[in-house]
Amino acid sequence: MILDLKKLKLRSVNEKLQNIDRKKNKRDFVISNPEGNHAICAGLTENIDVTIKGHVGYYCAGMNQNANIIVDGNVGTGVAENMMSGKVHVKGNASQSAGATAHGGTLIIDGDASSRCGISMKGIDIIVKGSVGHMSAFMAQSGNLVVCGNAGEALGDSLYETDIYVKGKVKSLGADCEEKKMSKKHKTKLKELLKKAGSNIKPEQFKRYGSARKLYNFNIDNVSNY
Amino acid sequence: MCGIVGIYLKSKKFEKSLGEMLSKMLVSMESRGPDSAGFAIYNSDKNKIYKYSICLNEMSFEKFKKEIKKKLNFTNIEKNSDHIILKSIEKPNKILPILESFVEISLVGYGKSIEIFKQVGSPSNVVKKFNLDNFSGTHAIGHTRMATESAITTNGSHPYSTGEDECLVHNGSLSNHNNLRRKLKKNGSIFNSDNDTEVAAGYISDSLKKRNLKQTLNKGLSDLDGFYTFIAGTHSGFAVLRDEIACKPAVIAETKDYVAISSEFQAMAHLPNVNNAKIFEPEPGIVYSWEK
Repeated sequence: MILDLKKLKLRSVNEKLQNIDRKKNKRDFVISNPEGNHAICAGLTENIDVTIKGHVGYYCAGMNQNANIIVDGNVGTGVAENMMSGKVHVKGNASQSAGATAHGGTLIIDGDASSRCGISMKGIDIIVKGSVGHMSAFMAQSGNLVVCGNAGEALGDSLYETDIYVKGKVKSLGADCEEKKMSKKHKTKLKELLKKAGSNIKPEQFKRYGSARKLYNFNIDNVSNY
Repeated sequence: MCGIVGIYLKSKKFEKSLGEMLSKMLVSMESRGPDSAGFAIYNSDKNKIYKYSICLNEMSFEKFKKEIKKKLNFTNIEKNSDHIILKSIEKPNKILPILESFVEISLVGYGKSIEIFKQVGSPSNVVKKFNLDNFSGTHAIGHTRMATESAITTNGSHPYSTGEDECLVHNGSLSNHNNLRRKLKKNGSIFNSDNDTEVAAGYISDSLKKRNLKQTLNKGLSDLDGFYTFIAGTHSGFAVLRDEIACKPAVIAETKDYVAISSEFQAMAHLPNVNNAKIFEPEPGIVYSWEK
């Protein structure tokens, strides 16, 4: 079913996708002419397939549950922010705060993601085939961030328990983020994540970063690191 | 929040439709800036005539025409709503003091190629009022304002022009503008508002006396403190700079015919062939410039 945003109002398109009648069994949707609109496919709850043909604005696929959303273009700030489950695949580049605060699901970005990718992520798996900008995985709490390109300044600043894998160069690590040993368990997990994103890069080419766990609780000796 | 937009034409193909392209961009940025709007449009500077863009404010056109004729022999005045473009072969050092003697009016910009129009009200009303759709040119910059730190007035609207054929639009806020204004005033800069962006424009004009635009903005990274995405225009093109934290958005679309920049992609969705353009976000702390 094609939903043309040149003819239909954004709100009516979102309402339709948010209130799917399971009995009618329509599970495939294409959104045409997104023209940079904000909040397209926000708040979907059913297991449906949506392909967006073109570039979108802010908060695309925000709060997603179960839906499988493909964006054939670039996305603005906060794609898949606070996603709970499901899958979002961006074929172009993403702006800042991709996958912010998301609790679950998978976000795949074929291009680059800019600053603050995975900020405060809480369980989502993010796979970026290009590079990420500064302050990525800031205060990230759980889940995995895989970067096949390079990472900008202050990667993983104030990190909790997210695993970060980077293939390229890291400009600098943030406070309390350090390089970690890549064990067999991590290699298996990384291989599985790369496979999800259709990438056959070898896990051995990545380095793993995680929390040094020194800033979990306030300690006066660490005051200059905050 | 504010909206900023700009188009630089790499070929002649869209020169006639530049105004129309910019107008749609400004209107779609109304959600980011409903308080006032303005634009600077550059047209060929082959002749020696200077154009002075003036907002008449409360003064009537007839009164201005009568008064200016007493002080200048040859003038050509074009009226566009409450703005006028005064054309003269006389140089700015002669004309500017004369215009200063008219206390009611605001000089919003001058140069051989620039024309500036800005006014309070929604962007859709402002572009309609000045008939932006009918303008042609080589490059143009626009702004929609959501006022935060100074009043909603014509003088508080962008673009700011503080030098010949120069202009600046800004999304963000500066925190060291008062100090910088004092410093620049000592060196002879003149400011007409309390606005932070006017200070940045003055800073750029002051620096352009010694450096080119790219060098100026690179120096600005250490001298201008605050949040910003800037588009700075000169007679030959424009440059874009985001502060190093990059809180304020910007997206660029480049084709073989034009470079467009805006706060959000939706402002560019109507541009010709935009879906095949190279679309990217300018990286923080890096100056991007396009010049003839």
